Amino acid sequence: MPQMTIAEALRQAIREEMRRDERVFCIGEDIGVEGGFGGAFTVTMGLSQEFGHQRILDTPISETAIAGVAIGAAVCGLRPIADVQYGDFLFCMMDQLANQAAKLRYMSGGQVSVPLVMRAPVGATSRGAQHAQSLEAFFAHIPGLKVVAPATAYDAKGLLKAAVRDENPVLVFEHKLLYGAKGARAEKGALSPVGEVPEEDYIVPIGQGIIRRPGKDVTIVATLLMLYRALAAAETLAQRGLEAEVIDPRTLVPLDKALILQSVRKTGRLVIVEEDNLTNGWGAEVAALVADEAFDWLDAPIKRVAAPDVPPPFAPVLERAYVPDEDKIIRAVLSLF
Amino acid sequence: MREALYTTFTLRADDLPGEERLVELYRTMVLIRRFEETVNELYMEGRIPSTLHLYIGQEAVAAGVCANLRQEDYVLSTHRPHGHALAKGVSPRAIMAELFAKATGTCKGKGGSMHVGDMRVGMFPAIAIVGANVPIAAGAALAAKMLKNGRVAVSFFGDGAANEGAWHEGLNIAALWDLPVVFVCENNLYAASTPFKLAFKIDCVAQRACAYGLPGVVVDGNDVLAVYQASQEAVERARRGQGPTLLECLTYRQCGHSRSDPRTYRSREEEEAWRQRDPIRRLRERLLAERPHLAEQLRHVDEEVERIIQDAVDYAEASPLPDLAELYTDVFQEG
Repeated sequence: MPQMTIAEALRQAIREEMRRDERVFCIGEDIGVEGGFGGAFTVTMGLSQEFGHQRILDTPISETAIAGVAIGAAVCGLRPIADVQYGDFLFCMMDQLANQAAKLRYMSGGQVSVPLVMRAPVGATSRGAQHAQSLEAFFAHIPGLKVVAPATAYDAKGLLKAAVRDENPVLVFEHKLLYGAKGARAEKGALSPVGEVPEEDYIVPIGQGIIRRPGKDVTIVATLLMLYRALAAAETLAQRGLEAEVIDPRTLVPLDKALILQSVRKTGRLVIVEEDNLTNGWGAEVAALVADEAFDWLDAPIKRVAAPDVPPPFAPVLERAYVPDEDKIIRAVLSLF
Repeated sequence: MREALYTTFTLRADDLPGEERLVELYRTMVLIRRFEETVNELYMEGRIPSTLHLYIGQEAVAAGVCANLRQEDYVLSTHRPHGHALAKGVSPRAIMAELFAKATGTCKGKGGSMHVGDMRVGMFPAIAIVGANVPIAAGAALAAKMLKNGRVAVSFFGDGAANEGAWHEGLNIAALWDLPVVFVCENNLYAASTPFKLAFKIDCVAQRACAYGLPGVVVDGNDVLAVYQASQEAVERARRGQGPTLLECLTYRQCGHSRSDPRTYRSREEEEAWRQRDPIRRLRERLLAERPHLAEQLRHVDEEVERIIQDAVDYAEASPLPDLAELYTDVFQEG
């Protein structure tokens, strides 16, 4: 089975979906320009050669137009895959996503659907406060939007294909440090979660989490880059005799509540790790869920490991202190025993 | 010099549409007027739960533009959508029922006045965030272009929308990609209470078209025949694949912005002057002067419209309220 980076897996997903369904097209900034970047992180590199500029649409720097055009096209029969260069730019198109894409179906009494995909890179990578945020919670809060966050190459392909085929707006959050540590736009400090990706067509159903590492003593819930830090922490904890079960929800909306509850009922302890700021993050929602529905199984308080409530800093030394790391996760786990 | 930035459309009196179309334009305007007058009375009586943004005075724009559209063409509207919906062929019963918050409304009672629409006749659920429908209309037009189905999209908005970022991004991309869309600005001189002159350094919205490389046309928005002719050119241009047009219709909102607006920011004299230019009165007087034989037909139209409106009110009142289970449906499409 071929080994791929996440960037390669995403590209293959787009290519397969565009070959499968001529209604699928890509829209965004710098995605198909000859001699250009293939998107900020190379995901759409080479696609305009195969599909032409009528289906790989390079836009002006107009995030509101990207979202609005994608919405109008989706309502009228196309399947847009839109992207923003950095997740932070989603705020530029917030009205279109929060007031339009999320609500058109409901407020029309179910007359229309908005099958659009919005891909957005997140994560702090020495670019300062406006190219670094983890925005999943903003969108998880809005009824009508689905939110996925693939952390492996297999999931990247499968979830993106599922998103394209979904009848609803889906935000796909990708982590800048997980695209792959090679190529022209490789990030300093990037992990390279190369993984096996089947050549054939498959999807990863939206709404299904996965146990990345089984364990009996504590449950750690983490997505994207934090998943890898949680797995590293789990290895260290294992050397000290604690077996952590690491869960990757993969989808934040709809959340695989059953998987998380089942795990906590087994382990009795829960640590949630997110790269977003602590207050009102999606981790708080997971904590509330478990407090509501698995309180009697808890042997210790629920802990969250998240970025402090400050904007992402630039200086690498500060950024390292900002983004949760293996040590913080280990300390949080140990505090429960 | 400024005139070169845009075109002022003048009615071609020798090129008027046939009588059937003339009566249809009259009928659409009267239907809108009587619908709005009726829902205003119902609102005053407390029988309609939400606020209303009435279209009274602007009927020539919706009627004139939509008469050039096919059923499968798209119309995108605003917080003031009743006129556009009626002109596009949405059932008066369903719009009325939506205003009454009934299960039989266009949106099953989940949208309300500001979101009426019926995609079966090309009427998008109306979009009540100012300027937001402009890029979405561009997207609808992109779909028409890519699917090669010959459809055209029309985005209606007020003068206020032209100062929103979404408007500028949408116009630019539509012009850039030669999308089959017509941008219809209903310049009614006020954005809520703010006069045009407090919001624009320039004289008219159409002046901005040249900045994006599309034609800008100004037309008397209270002359339904001029709107009809000007929008016909814009719609045909779009359908031929020659790209968008910005058509600015100069008109006047005879009522307040919403039902709570006392209109203390403008004079009664100004309002009276615009009432003298009322679009329905103008067409009626013109038709009766030039074609007196139509008098009886117009009277029939008036009577027919009264029946339609009464039927819509009866239908809405008799309709059931939404089932409480509806609260939870239509958030996502399953499957």
